[in-house]
Amino acid sequence: MTNAVAAITALADPTRRKIFERIAAHPSAVGALADGLPVSRPAVSQHLRVLKDAGLVDDEAQGTRRIYRVRQEGLADVRAYLDQFWDQSLAAFRDLAESEDA
Amino acid sequence: MPEPLSVRQSLIVRTSPERAFSVFTERIGDWWRLADMHIGEQPPITAIVEPRVGGRWFERAADGTECPWGHVRVWEPPHRLVLSWEISADWRPDPTATSEVEVRFAAEDGATRIDFEHRGIESLTLRDQLAGGWPGLLQAFAKTTTDEE
Repeated sequence: MTNAVAAITALADPTRRKIFERIAAHPSAVGALADGLPVSRPAVSQHLRVLKDAGLVDDEAQGTRRIYRVRQEGLADVRAYLDQFWDQSLAAFRDLAESEDA
Repeated sequence: MPEPLSVRQSLIVRTSPERAFSVFTERIGDWWRLADMHIGEQPPITAIVEPRVGGRWFERAADGTECPWGHVRVWEPPHRLVLSWEISADWRPDPTATSEVEVRFAAEDGATRIDFEHRGIESLTLRDQLAGGWPGLLQAFAKTTTDEE
């Protein structure tokens, strides 16, 4: 679960979450991300480092820039937790819906 | 790529969409695992979905205290229901959370196919992380894991 905690903690910051959502929509370089946000480029770099340390994004050199993209595995533990939660909850719902007294 | 940011499930329930929808919403206090999954200080005795767009869904304790879970965004009985999930990953009220739950009910071979999605899960945060850790998520996860074994 350490991955889930690191991921959730990294995304607790609203600016960082916004950066993550932009990268999720389009793999991007630092400059493009900073242009669209009221945050300085060094601040964006700082946020990207936290997202990368949490395993949520990866970067790749493309010419002189680094392109950031979402790591598919990054939110895997969060998803696993929710998946299990809903699986059990929906099973309980189904049992009641199929029972005589529903 | 919205896919990785959602949890999806599908199941068949042997009843009509009308009854499935009404059990899901009117009887949520009976099927929700209230003992494990609640966000108020006191254990709730029931949960309620108000049957209209803009209505609330919430838990209610024995003394009448209500603790909000979110709001009804789409109310289309018996086909579709969308609820906002205003709950943090450590099970506390979080009105800033932007994830949502969509449930679709479709008649299929005399039963009901339920397509469920909890999307926007990247917005789940830990409300109390600065105040002392993230016990809720871990405890809840450990509990559900243990329960399965």
